[in-house]
Amino acid sequence: MTDAAPAPFRNEKALKRLKKRRAADMRFKFYGMSAIAFALAALSLLIISILSQAMSAATYHIVRYDVVLDPAVIAPPGKDKPADVARNIDGFYDLLRDNLLQTFPDVQGNRLETRQLGDLLTRLAVLPVAKSVAANPTQIGQEMTIKVPLNDDLDLYLKGAVSPEARLKLGAVEQGIETTPGRVTLSGANAFKGLQSLIAAQRAEVGDAVDARSILVTAGKSTGRVVSMSADALEMDLLTGSASDFNAARPLARVIALPESQRNVSDDQIAWTLALKDMGRISRVPHFSLLTHTDSTYPELAGALAAIVGSLLTMLVTAFIAIPVGIFASVYLEEFAPRNRLTEIIEVNINNLAAVPSIVFGLLGAAVFLGFFGLPRSAPLVGGLVLALLTLPTIIIASRAALKSVPPSIRAAALGVGASKMQSVFHHVLPVAGPGIFTGAILGMARALGETAPLLLIGMVAFVADVPTGPTDESTALPVLVYSWATHAERAWEPMTAAVIVILLMFLITMNGIVVFLRRRFERRW
Amino acid sequence: METTITESRETLTAGTSMDETRGLTYPRIECKNINVSYGDKQAIFDISLPIPDRSVTALIGPSGCGKSTFLRCLNRMNDTIESCKVTGEIIMDGENINDPDIDPVLLRSRVGMVFQKPNPFPKSIFDNIAYGPRIHGLAETREDLDEMVEKSLRRAGLWEEVKDRLSSPGNSLSGGQQQRLCIARAIAVRPEVILMDEPCSALDPVATARIEELIDELRKRYCIVIVTHSMQQAARVSQRTAFFHLGELVEMGETDQIFTNPRERRTEDYITGRFG
Ligand SMILES: Nc1ncnc2c1ncn2[C@@H]1O[C@H](COP(=O)(O)OP(=O)(O)O)[C@@H](O)[C@H]1O
Ligand SMILES: [Mg+2]
Repeated sequence: MTDAAPAPFRNEKALKRLKKRRAADMRFKFYGMSAIAFALAALSLLIISILSQAMSAATYHIVRYDVVLDPAVIAPPGKDKPADVARNIDGFYDLLRDNLLQTFPDVQGNRLETRQLGDLLTRLAVLPVAKSVAANPTQIGQEMTIKVPLNDDLDLYLKGAVSPEARLKLGAVEQGIETTPGRVTLSGANAFKGLQSLIAAQRAEVGDAVDARSILVTAGKSTGRVVSMSADALEMDLLTGSASDFNAARPLARVIALPESQRNVSDDQIAWTLALKDMGRISRVPHFSLLTHTDSTYPELAGALAAIVGSLLTMLVTAFIAIPVGIFASVYLEEFAPRNRLTEIIEVNINNLAAVPSIVFGLLGAAVFLGFFGLPRSAPLVGGLVLALLTLPTIIIASRAALKSVPPSIRAAALGVGASKMQSVFHHVLPVAGPGIFTGAILGMARALGETAPLLLIGMVAFVADVPTGPTDESTALPVLVYSWATHAERAWEPMTAAVIVILLMFLITMNGIVVFLRRRFERRW
Repeated sequence: METTITESRETLTAGTSMDETRGLTYPRIECKNINVSYGDKQAIFDISLPIPDRSVTALIGPSGCGKSTFLRCLNRMNDTIESCKVTGEIIMDGENINDPDIDPVLLRSRVGMVFQKPNPFPKSIFDNIAYGPRIHGLAETREDLDEMVEKSLRRAGLWEEVKDRLSSPGNSLSGGQQQRLCIARAIAVRPEVILMDEPCSALDPVATARIEELIDELRKRYCIVIVTHSMQQAARVSQRTAFFHLGELVEMGETDQIFTNPRERRTEDYITGRFG
């Protein structure tokens, strides 16, 4: 009974300690959560920026032409065989350009404007039309509706990517009178007051630089560029259409922030495009040609098909080499090899190999496969071989980890019932390690899919106009396409590049999805 | 019944024929001057031990004294440990199974093993049992195989409990059932000898009692060698007991004699709990 009474649970010291411990727990939780929040924010920023860029490449504008397939233009005597028609790009181009010239007759005689109008249409864009007409020659001489992509710069203009632009609906115009040829005066009580104050506000912002801005006024198919204005009257150069279109209209004014001299699209081209749009000849459609066309120097014609097929062929070669070799190497090292100096050295070197920069593998591939074995340049076969070397260490390391995680009791059990070493490995160890091995293999393949540097060194960066049909054809790959499109100067390539990145990411997500599925489906719990 | 197990078998070494039919030969296995070392470290010193047929021989002794090592000599499982070197003769059916000419795979089909921790294959109950017969080609038809699986499970006292769920995974059974499944798996390849390395050490007392009953049943057909750290168990299930200490065989004899009237001082100290 002399024992000291046990200390109560809630004494002051204990409470203090408890508080401190809780505070430490909370702090740690906070650090962890901030780290995750940071990682998530960085990831979503990346994905949002790529997706928002790629979105604009998901659709594009095409122009409709209703033309008669005049044999004199597209199949002149002596050049009227289907093969000739298929190659007659100039003829088809002339046919469509003449259609534009007829649509905008006031251009005729002005060489600069004629050329600019012709630029609405890319010469090579008629190639698919030429091919389809050549394949079906009864169409020659008939009327036909042809749809061809709009020039990439005007496409970007319509998507609002060329320049910031302020738009304003003007007041009611009483009439438009052509005072001298090409010069139109619009009049209407207080019709231009709003535009005046808009310009005043912009002047306060950028000073006299506002005078370099184009102010386009559009009513229906007609557009003019403002020369001067007051609250009740406005003088402008008519770019296309006629003065009468403005009678009793409420025109739309566009103040384009980027001066005409700094744009790739002229005011005239914008005016024609707006007119074509008003005629209902321009429509915005899904950009499927991104998946069905091969590379081109013109962004509106370019597609990633050759690169997608090239990547698939390359991955096929990589998979056929890296996966079996990797699995056999790891099974041998893990299950059969004696533990001695030699295997230790091999093991260390495999780990080192996994850390070698990929460009070194590219150099090695160029020297050995191209230089020594004389395999074709730019071929998926060589790309696949190089990437197989690159992924081999990854696959071996992952497979060995998977084999190591198989409990040794399974091996003992198999040997105990009289299975041979081989049987114990193939009947029991490999099935258990399988999901882990395939996870490693697919992750290795995913890494290979994103590799650019080694492929550049073996020449897979070449411009490829045809879809490769086999592993020895000239080819490129998705990440290389991203690289080469990203180095183009023209603005239109930016969203195209983002779109290819999205395609590449889809491939990667699919592969990682397979990994997750395999894990869920086949992983055994112990 | 007996003849199904003793039907003609391959001999261990190709070429020599075995005319001796399986009878109450005594001893079934004769170990002579066994030495085992792991690298430089010797684990077993010059052990000679006869093992009788159709009875249970228990190996007892403090941990690390080499019981498991000795047991693994009997089906050459030590071959799978790289640093392990075994010398001496182990005569079984007139042949030295320690001879390099002997195929350990064939040997292991005649000397089955049950491990300390139940280790069923991550496959169905049926496949666990059927695996051995399949790789040894013991079943010609599916019906043969079904029958073999049933017979093995019956002998292991597991049939009634699992007959309706043969396709469910082996590791879905309880620990005791898993261990009986492992015994059934060993029986399925028609061994003559069954080695058990502390088969009950991971089991609760009820499951242990069932296994002990089973061992008592199996001894009518097989030569059984069991390692145990429980002296009560050795006393309950075995007819002969060998006491190991520090890699040496201290004493062997009838179980009754070892537990009631040991000849050696060390044996007495151990079984009365003074060390170990
Ligand atoms: N795989 C092995 N490698 C090296 N030494 C081992 C190995 N297995 C057992 N030993 C050693 O051999 C001795 C006997 O071990 P073991 O046969 O497992 O004893 P027991 O089963 O009686 O507890 C021990 O000293 C142990 O350290
Ligand atoms: Mg042991």
